[in-house]
Amino acid sequence: MVAHPDIETVWQWLDEVPDPEIPVISLVDLGIVRDVAYSGNVLSVTLSPTYSGCPATRVIEQDVRNALGAHGVEQLVINQQISPPWTTDWMSEKGKTKLREYGIAAPSAKGQPEACPLCSANGVSLVSQFGSTPCKAHWRCDTCHESFDYFKCI
Amino acid sequence: MRDPLFEFLLRQGDNTLILSHRISEWCGHAPVVEEDIALANIALDLLGQTQMWLGLAGEVEGMGRSSDDLAMLRDAWDFRNAILVERPNGHFGQTMMRQFLFDAYHVELLSELVNSSDARIAAIAAKSLKEVEYHVERSATTIIALGDGTQESHARMQAALDNQWTFAGELFETDAGDETLNETGIAPLPSSLRSRFDARAKAILGAATLAIPETSFAHSGGRSGKQHSEHLGHLLTQMQWLQRAYPGATW
Ligand SMILES: [Zn+2]
Repeated sequence: MVAHPDIETVWQWLDEVPDPEIPVISLVDLGIVRDVAYSGNVLSVTLSPTYSGCPATRVIEQDVRNALGAHGVEQLVINQQISPPWTTDWMSEKGKTKLREYGIAAPSAKGQPEACPLCSANGVSLVSQFGSTPCKAHWRCDTCHESFDYFKCI
Repeated sequence: MRDPLFEFLLRQGDNTLILSHRISEWCGHAPVVEEDIALANIALDLLGQTQMWLGLAGEVEGMGRSSDDLAMLRDAWDFRNAILVERPNGHFGQTMMRQFLFDAYHVELLSELVNSSDARIAAIAAKSLKEVEYHVERSATTIIALGDGTQESHARMQAALDNQWTFAGELFETDAGDETLNETGIAPLPSSLRSRFDARAKAILGAATLAIPETSFAHSGGRSGKQHSEHLGHLLTQMQWLQRAYPGATW
């Protein structure tokens, strides 16, 4: 029997796969990797879609295949799991920090951005609950007047 | 009689598919870019939900049809969407009124389906509900802004409501198949959602300074498939064109 990479290592590899739409955070940061397990020598990775119509879902599957393939994983099964539905609560703190540094306001329990990700002012106004991708809303800063993306809570 | 569960899943998937296609027609044409983006995103959510509903419909049917097969290779009489969602977009206010009427129904339906005795249905509903809560928030806000806006926008929104109100009734139509699904806890009776829909409609349309038409008449024929409007065939001609011209074409 061939030794296979341990689960912890696979998680680390997945944490190096960037989200195709917001490449500063990884798939693990985004909280869409639900499970990594072996069934015999077959590795199974379970993913949850963010939004049901997210066009990145198939790209993400392919990215996972490519990344694990590059590490020598040959027998891989990818499952999509919709229940329980993905929530922004599953994003990592590391991911939220990276989002802010990138200029995207992180999801907040308040249901709105904590502050402008560009100038850090607190006064912000909603432009539209729908932004450049399904997962983001469009806000504007009352101080620097720049518009910015907010990763909205679901 | 057809399997009520299959029929139910087609109704869900066809409503979301046809409405998704309709609002995607706004892509590149909406009055302002923010609205363009919002409509495209909502169309995308509805399309994702369609894949789940029609995917499950194909599974339940057991004839090997995929969600794509059901979407692209059925003709008008096999569709089970309500007539409301196949109606032409009209102007932006008309589109938003139709969206509000559908969203206000959709959010109540999904709120019940999350407790479905069928775990697959409950899972799709839970996933969809998170998205639809944002849809109804936006359509309600827009209805209020336009209804309680200028004299011109108010008049056009009132006309949009008068024009579409009698098409909303079909969403609550209840038949023997619905009774069967309700008995086994799979889905609520559509008629049971009406009072909560009415309460929301009254509150939002009231805030929009719009008067709900005083009629109990409801158009019918879409969810039974007996008589769709002439608009559905035209929509399918465009939506299904590629699969009809090049059968089996894939990305
Ligand atoms: Zn700012």
